[in-house]
Amino acid sequence: MRALRDETSSIVTDRATMTRPNSLRRPSAPALLLHQTRYESRIFWRTPISAFFTVIFPLMIFVVFALVFGNEEIEELGINTAQFYAPALAVFSAVSATYTNIAISTTYQRDQGILKRARGTPLPSWIFLGGKIAAAIAVAIIGTVVMLAVGAVFFGVQLYADSIIPLVLTFFVGVAAFGALGLLLAAIAPNGNAATAIAQATLLPLAFISGVFIVPGENTPDWLNALANFFPLKHFAEPFTAAFSPIGDHGVHWADLGYMAVWGVVALALAIRWFKWEPSTGTSTPRRRSKAAATAA
Amino acid sequence: MSAISVSGLRMHYGGVEAVRGVDLTIEEGEVFALLGPNGAGKTTIVEILEGYRKRTAGDVDVLGFDPERNERAFKERIGIVLQESSVERELTVAETIETYGRYYPERLETGELIDIVGLGEKADARVKTLSGGQKRRLEVALGIVGNPDLVFLDEPTTGFDPAARRQAWGMIRNLRQLGKTILLTTHYMDEAQNLADRLAVIDRGKIVAEGTPDTIGGRRSAGTTIRFDARGLPVDAIPLNHVAVAEGIVEVSTEDPTRDLHVLTAWAVAGGHTLEDLTVTRPSLEDVYLELTDEGTEG
Repeated sequence: MRALRDETSSIVTDRATMTRPNSLRRPSAPALLLHQTRYESRIFWRTPISAFFTVIFPLMIFVVFALVFGNEEIEELGINTAQFYAPALAVFSAVSATYTNIAISTTYQRDQGILKRARGTPLPSWIFLGGKIAAAIAVAIIGTVVMLAVGAVFFGVQLYADSIIPLVLTFFVGVAAFGALGLLLAAIAPNGNAATAIAQATLLPLAFISGVFIVPGENTPDWLNALANFFPLKHFAEPFTAAFSPIGDHGVHWADLGYMAVWGVVALALAIRWFKWEPSTGTSTPRRRSKAAATAA
Repeated sequence: MSAISVSGLRMHYGGVEAVRGVDLTIEEGEVFALLGPNGAGKTTIVEILEGYRKRTAGDVDVLGFDPERNERAFKERIGIVLQESSVERELTVAETIETYGRYYPERLETGELIDIVGLGEKADARVKTLSGGQKRRLEVALGIVGNPDLVFLDEPTTGFDPAARRQAWGMIRNLRQLGKTILLTTHYMDEAQNLADRLAVIDRGKIVAEGTPDTIGGRRSAGTTIRFDARGLPVDAIPLNHVAVAEGIVEVSTEDPTRDLHVLTAWAVAGGHTLEDLTVTRPSLEDVYLELTDEGTEG
């Protein structure tokens, strides 16, 4: 305690001349956004379970599929197994990195009071959330690049020069839209456990019907196709895998991109409207407190 | 100038009035405690002042800002230590402080701050390895990293063991020496007594008493008790109104202890009596608190 007190008194006397790295200068928005992105990335990579399910798990599925199906030609598409699954599972990885990851990490941060704490600092809300999205997109880029690189090096996956720009465009519209959807899920899920369940229960079935896990067949009932067409995942997977198909459309799939963008914008608007910074259970919520007040009265 | 001034503050949640007309002024550099039982409305009031809640009615001025507007300039000058919150488990102490420090235009240097809160040896430890008390100290560090003028501490020592509480108190006194205005809530009377320059007792959404730890609830003047062993004394001749409280023990309640004590001792000396076990006591802060909040009479 004595040491502490001495520290303090020296700080008191030095207060006027104390070292102030950013003395009275408000940090700029780009600097803060970069800072938040780093902060969120660091947390992500230090949480092995999230890194595993986002990057390693899709890669494992890809390798297993490519090995099990012997990298033979898929009759419906006229291309090799790996040539289809590398981009398809890259999409799965990118959507896990944005939609699933943002929804789960944000709700857990809310459960723990981290969002509430952030809300009490001068950090603008949009930078806090922007940092999360930017960090998630960085993870999506890493997952996608690793997937495609493994495909290219070990399974002969080919990238077509004429489809690179449409591919990059599809990727960024896709991850932005699914990032917004992740925020929306975080806004409506009551807690982290619910967000985890909802994220898996929505993404996995959609991945099966949207041409991510299974090659779209010709015998699929119309209603199932209609369902897949309604949700945005198919509009991400289709143009992305088409870019890798020797017989696919290598141009920009504007209709798909536009459709994803609409989903993204609507999701973002609703997420902003419904977003909560405070945990929905615990003593500091209005409901519990009013109950306590009622009991006291 | 006052750091905080509040008048006619009301807060409804649905049909329940959590805060029912609170007036409060806290001066710059003051340590002010809001004391009250759980559910009295302390946290609601503090969260209104911090900008977390929109009040139903009343005027609120904190450092010249209306907290409800959540202005960035306002957040730059306050520090908040919430009752329940945590920080990322996977970051180290130094990283966490560095992260939050970036948000402020003016900030305490990370190493300096780690020393102030006594986490020097834990600077590079991950947050998940800290004890409860150490986490709380980290939270206090995050509350003051922006070198705020006003610090909110919502139940800073709830759940602490006695040693950790003493340490926390030392830290809060240090903050005071740094010239910061501090608003703390607590349901521990000794905490308010030890730390606060002034305090207000809150019960059921209203301030029921306000003053210094010494004067609150009329402690200084009212309700002093003179007590002695009256066995062997001519009880009927005692020149003051008194009641027998136990076998042979007599109590005199007085609002003017100086005069009444003189009357009593003059009588005893004149009659050659001895007042065995003579004590003069004022109600403790705890007595005042229990009386004010009716906690003593309930279940």
